[in-house]
Amino acid sequence: MIPPSFGYSAPRTLPEALQLMVQHGDAAKILAGGHSLLPMMKLRFAEPGHLIDINRIPELKGIREENGLIKIGAMTTENELIDSVLLQQKVPLLPEAARLIADPQVRNRGTIGGDIAHGDPGNDHPAISIALDATFILTGPRGQRNVAAANFFLGTYMTDMQSDEILTSIHVKPFSTNKTGSAYCKLKRKTGDFATAGAAVVLEISAGVVSLARIALTNVAPTALNAKAAAAALVGKPLTDASIKAAVDAAMAICDPAEDLRGDIEYKTAMAGEMTKRAIRLAASRCK
Amino acid sequence: MSKQIVTMTINGKKVEKAVEPRTLLIHFLREEMVLTGAHIGCETSHCGACTVDVDGKSIKSCTHLAVQCDGSEVLTVEGLADKGVLHAVQEAFYQEHGLQCGFCTPGMLVRAYRFLQDTPDPTEEQIRMGMAGNLCRCTGYQNIVKAVQSAAKKLKAQTKESVAA
Repeated sequence: MIPPSFGYSAPRTLPEALQLMVQHGDAAKILAGGHSLLPMMKLRFAEPGHLIDINRIPELKGIREENGLIKIGAMTTENELIDSVLLQQKVPLLPEAARLIADPQVRNRGTIGGDIAHGDPGNDHPAISIALDATFILTGPRGQRNVAAANFFLGTYMTDMQSDEILTSIHVKPFSTNKTGSAYCKLKRKTGDFATAGAAVVLEISAGVVSLARIALTNVAPTALNAKAAAAALVGKPLTDASIKAAVDAAMAICDPAEDLRGDIEYKTAMAGEMTKRAIRLAASRCK
Repeated sequence: MSKQIVTMTINGKKVEKAVEPRTLLIHFLREEMVLTGAHIGCETSHCGACTVDVDGKSIKSCTHLAVQCDGSEVLTVEGLADKGVLHAVQEAFYQEHGLQCGFCTPGMLVRAYRFLQDTPDPTEEQIRMGMAGNLCRCTGYQNIVKAVQSAAKKLKAQTKESVAA
């Protein structure tokens, strides 16, 4: 399968990339890792007139800690997330989750920014970003703006990002190591498959009481879901079987999955509940 | 669309070609360079038969544009053997029956080569995780795991020999 013809530019700087987007207007499409876009182009689901390949822009890569934030360049690959000692220590949810995405070759190409900006509810980073309360930095001709992960995903393949903007960076607060625990539980049929259902959980437990909880779900609705009521069911009390059940019921109540070969609506909803339960238990076991 | 000039090093040889931006790396390698070792399997980045090495990283060449390789070092299965002597990974797949029909083998070999560069002393679990992007419909994987284990031993012995020499 060969994609339809298109023009191609590989700018070396962000201003150059933004300029090319203005120049090519509606025909332009950003090429990140290409593992969603190129398959869609082969199938003619996407037919951009001009690809702007941002793989050669150094400022979009790398992971660093600055002013109390972990800043992840949008073009950081999944394997770079897995290998990052900084993330393993300060945001362990990201390397853990990245290991569950695709396979080694695809993780060499697929990027955190591409996974987010694509807006596919089957992608894993949307729910993970919501659970991390991440901030997305979007850069466009009018400058930079910050959008909270929880407000970014509007619908399937629809996000708050404008057509002339580039997702340049993802900012995450480091975990407070003495009380934060996290987990990502993903049910999939095989390596490389999208989730049948997935749940990302971040918990803080202080003196035996859950002081903070964030829960987000993958691939059980037109977008990643911020399961606020589920999280609220845990906060302000010790973690018990009853509070976990209340959270699971609240998570299942907001599921709106599409039936496909991974399962019907009832099954996917039940699995979202199961993944939520497992992720809460695992996250709690990691709160010291 | 107009063609663009790309320069890359493939299996140690420098090449310069004009390519259409839409040309996938796998088509460039097979049809322009007549390196037909890497295979076209699923064309959807699942099966790994098209795996090649670009700048020291395994990638699926069905989901990569040739123009993206401008300035890159590319290694295909044709570049593994040295003057007719099989690479340790190739020898191990052959000795341990790590293949039957052979369709997945070029991708398996190039992936196993890079995996062992990155992980010279792997556990079985690491091998299964590291080779998870390559599908084989014949062997049931057991002999592929054995082949990678055997290749790891051979490579370690070679390193020792070269250090001793």
